[in-house]
Amino acid sequence: MNGIDFDLYQGEAFGFLGPNGAGKSSTMRMLGCVSPPTQGDLTILGGDPVRDGAAIRARLGVVPQEDTLDNELTVRENLLVYGRYFGLKRKLIAERTDQLLDFVQLTERADDQVDQLSGGMKRRLTIARSLINDPDILILDEPTTGLDPRARHVVWDRLFRLKQRGVTLILTTHYMDEAEQLCDRLVVMDHAAIVAEGTPRELIARYSTPEVIELRFTPGEQEEAFKKIKSLLEERSRASSAPDTMADLAIGRALGGYGGGGAGGAGPPCGKAVPPGDSRADCRPHTSLRDRRGRAPHPRP
Amino acid sequence: MTSALALALAPVPGTWNLSVRAFRCWLVTYRRTWRSSIWSSVFGPLFYLGSMGYGLGSLVDKNGTAALGGVPYVVFVAPAVLATQSMTTGMNNAAFPVFGAIHWNRIYIAARATMLRPADIYRGHLLFIALRIAMNSACFVVIMAAFGLIKSVWAVALLPAAVLLGIAFATPVAAWSVTLKTMTPMNYLFRFGSVPMFLFSGTFYPLSVYPHVIADVVEWSPLYQGVVILRDLVLGAPSPDLVWRAAYLILLGVAGLALAGRRIAGLLLV
Repeated sequence: MNGIDFDLYQGEAFGFLGPNGAGKSSTMRMLGCVSPPTQGDLTILGGDPVRDGAAIRARLGVVPQEDTLDNELTVRENLLVYGRYFGLKRKLIAERTDQLLDFVQLTERADDQVDQLSGGMKRRLTIARSLINDPDILILDEPTTGLDPRARHVVWDRLFRLKQRGVTLILTTHYMDEAEQLCDRLVVMDHAAIVAEGTPRELIARYSTPEVIELRFTPGEQEEAFKKIKSLLEERSRASSAPDTMADLAIGRALGGYGGGGAGGAGPPCGKAVPPGDSRADCRPHTSLRDRRGRAPHPRP
Repeated sequence: MTSALALALAPVPGTWNLSVRAFRCWLVTYRRTWRSSIWSSVFGPLFYLGSMGYGLGSLVDKNGTAALGGVPYVVFVAPAVLATQSMTTGMNNAAFPVFGAIHWNRIYIAARATMLRPADIYRGHLLFIALRIAMNSACFVVIMAAFGLIKSVWAVALLPAAVLLGIAFATPVAAWSVTLKTMTPMNYLFRFGSVPMFLFSGTFYPLSVYPHVIADVVEWSPLYQGVVILRDLVLGAPSPDLVWRAAYLILLGVAGLALAGRRIAGLLLV
């Protein structure tokens, strides 16, 4: 790690966003007190992770990137084993197990072997297991990677409820939308260093262009298309009076009428369309994707 | 966003307490598999006793048993079967389950995220392995008694001695298992380790059968030392050498414990 630096406050949801290999999991292992920091100061819950590792881990809940559930045991037995690790009495474990399974919607599967659960259910069980010791901080390493969109939303919903209850969340993710949904504050990591820091809203305002258009051409035609788009972009920069979005819509339209009502929602029919017959108008992308970053965030539940 | 997270940390219980927590995890797992373990624990040794002790023994006894200490062959061979069972229980439980706890069911990996430390996780597992050795040995001691094969009050020491022998194998094997990336080498351990040791460690005939050179080599076999200890206890004539033999086994067990403990800590705290 290249000297990353951050503070974490009680009750907040803090995110690490970045691609694979950015150093997120290494950071999580250090925060989880299973990997000693090689240099610098790390203080967790007021303790030193090397000296007080066990005492700190007693107050943490950890959802690792790869599930470490015991597939041969039942859902309930997995929670029993974990509760025992924290020295909880059997009766307390039983009570919490019922509450937690209800919370992650697995009550009906309580006595099934973990083997039989779907990926999303296993993830929820891992979350339930990480809460058995009623942790002060919950560390989640890519909580929804590999889940289908529906399973992701269920996990998000549960995590959001935990946040509402005042549990401090630390999570890593590849997904900007996940970070936006769950995090109060986040850092963007790449090459084992922090490259940006702020609230999701701040980061979007600071680093995102209002709209991103992604075009994919048939292999072999890309070079040709690139030239055409480049000339369109030059035209756009000359049309300084029109707002960027409008000029981009014009380009989109030139690329096959894209601006007139794609998946991203219809814009008003304005902007300078390339006249029909212009040679650039036959530059048709194979697929195109428009992502409007400037919209207001989704209303939260 | 008011105050930086700083809560009072509770003191951590002692390692014995934490090891017992890890041990109890293995008990939960064992609830699922104890039935299938009956076969290897009870019937396997019983079959050896029947075929070797009574079957082969009926021929041996006809030719006189002076070289065996003047006892029937079955009395001679039974402690060796007990010793072999301790060895295999120790080895088996330290090979696949330790490897599996890292690569399959990932019990060690799951436990390291909790307040258990690597040493606690490992010691807890060893407690369970010791329990399995004790259970299997106790079964066989009872069988020996039922067949009238126990001749001396020294036999009360059979169980602790058998457990010591099993652990002397378990901890070095565990220290080796944690280093494996695949399970293929495990087969070599059994093919070139435990099977030859089982056949040649004075199990079926006394060491006096061998030429001196070979006998000197066999004496280094921990199984041989275990067989002699158990046989002496059954026949009621433990020699003072027992202390040295036991010390050898204790040394192996402690060395394995230290090595495995270090390697597991290195593996879990990365």
